[in-house]
Amino acid sequence: MLNTQDILETIGMIRQENLDIRTITMGISLWDCVSEDPDRLCENIYNKITVTAKDLVAVGGDIEKKYGIPIVNKRVAVTPVSLIGGGCGPEGYLKIAHTLQRAADAIGINFIGGFSALVQKGMTQGARDMISVIPEALAQTNNVCSSVNVASTKAGINMDAIALMGSTIKRAAYLTRDNSSIGCAKLVVFANVPEDNPFMAGAFCGVGEPDAVINVGVSGPGVVASAIKRAGDCDLSELADVIKKTAFKITRVGQLVASEAAERLGVPFGIIDLSLAPTPAVGDSVAYILEEMGLESCGAHGTTAALAMLNDAVKKGGVMASSHVGGLSGAFIPVSEDAGMIAAVERGALTLPKLEAMTAVCSVGLDMIAIPGDTPEAIINGIIADEISIGVVNNKTTAVRVIPAYGLGVGDSVSFGGLLGRAPVMEVNPHSPARLIARGGRVPAPIHSLKN
Amino acid sequence: MKAVITVTGKDTVGIIADVSAVCSKYNANIVEITQTVLSEYFAMIMLVDISALNSEFASFVDVLASLGQSKNLDIHTMHEDIFNTMHHI
Repeated sequence: MLNTQDILETIGMIRQENLDIRTITMGISLWDCVSEDPDRLCENIYNKITVTAKDLVAVGGDIEKKYGIPIVNKRVAVTPVSLIGGGCGPEGYLKIAHTLQRAADAIGINFIGGFSALVQKGMTQGARDMISVIPEALAQTNNVCSSVNVASTKAGINMDAIALMGSTIKRAAYLTRDNSSIGCAKLVVFANVPEDNPFMAGAFCGVGEPDAVINVGVSGPGVVASAIKRAGDCDLSELADVIKKTAFKITRVGQLVASEAAERLGVPFGIIDLSLAPTPAVGDSVAYILEEMGLESCGAHGTTAALAMLNDAVKKGGVMASSHVGGLSGAFIPVSEDAGMIAAVERGALTLPKLEAMTAVCSVGLDMIAIPGDTPEAIINGIIADEISIGVVNNKTTAVRVIPAYGLGVGDSVSFGGLLGRAPVMEVNPHSPARLIARGGRVPAPIHSLKN
Repeated sequence: MKAVITVTGKDTVGIIADVSAVCSKYNANIVEITQTVLSEYFAMIMLVDISALNSEFASFVDVLASLGQSKNLDIHTMHEDIFNTMHHI
């Protein structure tokens, strides 16, 4: 039986606290598109995506109307392109990127992920060719997203791949210099990449996935922040309970939407990603949650502790609300996409080293961080190597999405617009890790990878 | 199958009549109404049965939303499942 209080609570969450379904992402396998002729391959890819996902946007819109909850993004993630491009060469891979863009335009989605390579242990010629054209692909398309997995707990760290990513990121920044170096906002470097992540820019359809699958990402930092505010000065056990209950409610809505989308599209349901994904909108911020928990500013000493508790409580609350949980599942801490994080950086409270520490206890990693445009490649490689090591040693996903904003320095700010927001350029440690990176080779997998 | 219609805004004559007229036109049977007026502020929650609706649910939602706009009221129509899912295990 419905009661008035429950109805008003749900409506308040949606109207005042920005509760939404962040994304319905359809994973589409491209294995059956493989052809030795690059043109034929592209034609197959275009047809597979536009046929499989033709109703995705319409069904998303219908569900949005039925339940009165915004579904912000409808997206597609495909099999990592480096695996199906085979020997089509750099030009062939660029052609595939354009094909993905054409398919995205045809079905009306706002991002398509999967211009990706998995090179944690070594690199095939195909992966090398694909990575070599990532900057061009990101500069010449609007909605194609790219990711490269350079390490895993099982395989160790591929330092040669990391060395390649610094220059790739710099070149993507340069090629999109007239557009806030936005190419870098569509490129993520991963350790332990999940194969069913619905969130961009790191989404792709993993090798163990079915022909098509529906993965849903929920959100709702504003709802959690309001619940904490209402709870007042309770102790931390009670606070954890408040967060769990809220995460449960948010996730149940995600599960409802995911089940219905899967059924209507005739595609199996994959997972719910239990992430608190902020947006630049006022109130929709993970930093505000941390501050509501009792910090003067996000970035203060104590931030890592607060975030660790938040992340754990969100998972505990969410896991019972969904039949299958996966993806990144945790709190996101992108700087540019979170009004509270931006404010914390600008007041000098939040620094790059603190963000790195925070990534040890939450999902993802150094996300949407602008650094000076003249940062040397070796330093970007060092930033990646540090972050990736945290993931490998702690058996978790970590990632780096940094933007060396072309022509800008510390004190400047770079604006991407929309959900990607605005990033103040942050200071990096100027001392060089070049010799370490140049050693190349592989960092062996940590001892706890030997679990069998 | 039921839907929840919530109406909030400044109290005027005929709000319930207007919303009920739309329900009747679309063959949505009103099951329950809760309504309060607090210092000129009107708030109503209406539970309607939509199993025999004579058009798409989406257009019923749209018509009520535009009725709201024309009367300067906030009208939201949502399928009951979102509330059941969120608040009941």
